[in-house]
Amino acid sequence: MSDVTLDASAANPEAAPRTAPVRSTGAMAWLRANLFSSWLNTALTLALAWLVVRFAIGFVDWAFINAIWSVPMQGTVPQTQICRDLEGAGACWAVIGEKHRFILFGTYPYEEHWRPLLVCGLFIGLYIFSAMRRFWTWVLVPVWAVTLTVIGILMWGGILGLSYVPQERWGGLPITLILSTFGLAFAFPLAILVALGRRSKLPAIKTLCVVYVELVRGVPLISLLFMASVMFPLFLPEGMNIDKLLRAQIAITLFAGAYLAEVVRAGLQTLPRGQYEAADALGLSYWQKTGFIILPQALRLVIPPLVNTFIGFFKDTSLVLIIGIFDLLTAGKTAIVEPAWQGFGIEVYVFVGAIYLVFCFAMSKYSQDLERDLNQHRRR
Amino acid sequence: MKALRLALTGAIAGAAMLAGPAMAQAPGSPTLDAIRARGTLVCGVNTGLAGFAQPDSQGVWRGFDVDYCRAVAVALWNDASKVRYVPTTAQNRFTALQSGEVDMLARNTTWTLSRDTSLGFDFPAISFFDGQGFMVKASAGVRTARDLNGATICVQPGTTTEQNLTDWARSNRIRFTPVVIERVEEAVGAYVAGRCDAYTTDVSGLAATRSAQPRPAEHQILPDVISKEPLAPAVRHGDQRFADLVKWIHFGLVGAEELGITAANVQQAAQSDARPDVQRMLGRSGELGQMLGVDNAWMVNIIRTLGNYGEIFERNLAPIGLQRGPNALWTNGGLQYAPPLR
Repeated sequence: MSDVTLDASAANPEAAPRTAPVRSTGAMAWLRANLFSSWLNTALTLALAWLVVRFAIGFVDWAFINAIWSVPMQGTVPQTQICRDLEGAGACWAVIGEKHRFILFGTYPYEEHWRPLLVCGLFIGLYIFSAMRRFWTWVLVPVWAVTLTVIGILMWGGILGLSYVPQERWGGLPITLILSTFGLAFAFPLAILVALGRRSKLPAIKTLCVVYVELVRGVPLISLLFMASVMFPLFLPEGMNIDKLLRAQIAITLFAGAYLAEVVRAGLQTLPRGQYEAADALGLSYWQKTGFIILPQALRLVIPPLVNTFIGFFKDTSLVLIIGIFDLLTAGKTAIVEPAWQGFGIEVYVFVGAIYLVFCFAMSKYSQDLERDLNQHRRR
Repeated sequence: MKALRLALTGAIAGAAMLAGPAMAQAPGSPTLDAIRARGTLVCGVNTGLAGFAQPDSQGVWRGFDVDYCRAVAVALWNDASKVRYVPTTAQNRFTALQSGEVDMLARNTTWTLSRDTSLGFDFPAISFFDGQGFMVKASAGVRTARDLNGATICVQPGTTTEQNLTDWARSNRIRFTPVVIERVEEAVGAYVAGRCDAYTTDVSGLAATRSAQPRPAEHQILPDVISKEPLAPAVRHGDQRFADLVKWIHFGLVGAEELGITAANVQQAAQSDARPDVQRMLGRSGELGQMLGVDNAWMVNIIRTLGNYGEIFERNLAPIGLQRGPNALWTNGGLQYAPPLR
């Protein structure tokens, strides 16, 4: 074979049929370079692929093929025995079908569930509206004020023909959204003030801010919630009760404020001194300097850690379960207390986890876009 | 409101005439006044415990403890819906009661000396006699708790459960290996998976866990009970009139079961049952309701709405697999005994 080739090329070098060079672009080349470049890599690739496929098949089997989507009812008692007979081979999505309204809205009166549903829609609409940069003007302030008022009216009721719903009956997703939205909406301005105060030259303000940040960061969120829920009411005069949700809300806001303040301070410290000095040289006042020169630059530098903290706090709101507030996660856990549905925790946790994932992923995706747009001048 | 206050004054006057000096130390009731002014009872319940307090799929609270809250509301207004339920955790339940955030606790709380005294509560009556027990696999061949010598036992930390287990083992010279797991589901999971030979918690919790297993018959709750956990509703110390109301609602429920009065026959019994104690309990004769500061038809209303003690038990606790056991009437060898309503 080789003889023939040699002869042929010697006779007519121009016509030598050579194999095409190895492609260095395209899917095959990428696979070869990244996944099958050596025996070790090939073995690793195959082993991981096998694991992924096995897991995927197992999950699809569990979540779809073997799953049970509804169970027969006997009167008002669901017959969950067919789910139990699966012994974990398939998901029992019937628990979501039966309990999803409780998980989403907690003990809110059943006939009035359209109200918290609307509230969730309003919150999401508010997020989308606020996320659009063309609305980043003063118009946001009235929009937020009006939306939050409407949300308050819808949740409490008592006017406009809506029946009154006391706060203990609120639950589920609206609680999670309320705690995180109000918490971050108030914590962020607080954080900016504290971060500025920590760099202030006035000793009293500086000490106050340092003490606040270090004190709050020095204790876990759980202990702050305990203080708000267990200790604080004992200091109040007899008969005076501050709403439990409000107490938790304040604790979360204070906690988030301390963490965000440090993030903002990091941004302030990254700015070169020249920026401050140039602003001073222009004769700008402190607030003009801060508002027009310093903060716009500092904040865009810290978008990744800010969003990181936001996402963390969105999930941290689930800690209110220890003081008996039914947020999304607590409602999910309570849903499977009922004997008929005990033991179907995985399905409920997958459902709740998916809701958290949607919100957190949206936040992180949005922050990536924002970072790309705002920091275009820095990209190399 | 005015009529109620008149009725209350009348009740005090009437009671003072009947009982003489004994009633002299019970003027008004700040708790009852606050409840009446508010128009709802605020009741601290568990955040979710099968059979005792749990919201159903519609978000409506149901359970044994919840029925005690509703009974108080029915006694006051003949309306079981006038209750606001405040879910409380094991940690914040006592503060909630002390600070006045709730009027009463009906939250599977064990009556102990320290809670009665230093926490400043009153436990009007024992609504449920619980105690710590063991669950083992039926195939293990364990007959009594003493057979558990050398066993591994799953237990949750931090509660009195762990302490009770250690105390019991020491006094019975039993060696065991504890497997301490914080969360209930994980502790049960470890037991089911065979990491422990036995799982220990209160018998009511064991029954609920057992009934939720794919094949309950494979698990067995041992007859031994190693601790006393008398569960009682709790009210603030110092308001005897409110404590009395809660106490006699419980005794009324137990007494009604003893007399065979049920939700189905209470109306008819009130009309035609000639037994004097039935007549007194159902407000046909005497002023028992007024002495407590409520309507004389209080027991009729409660039993018509909720049933007697046995019916409340059957509705809430039988579905999770609990037997009457020590909570049977004293006439059936149990501990539930009501002083006479007269």
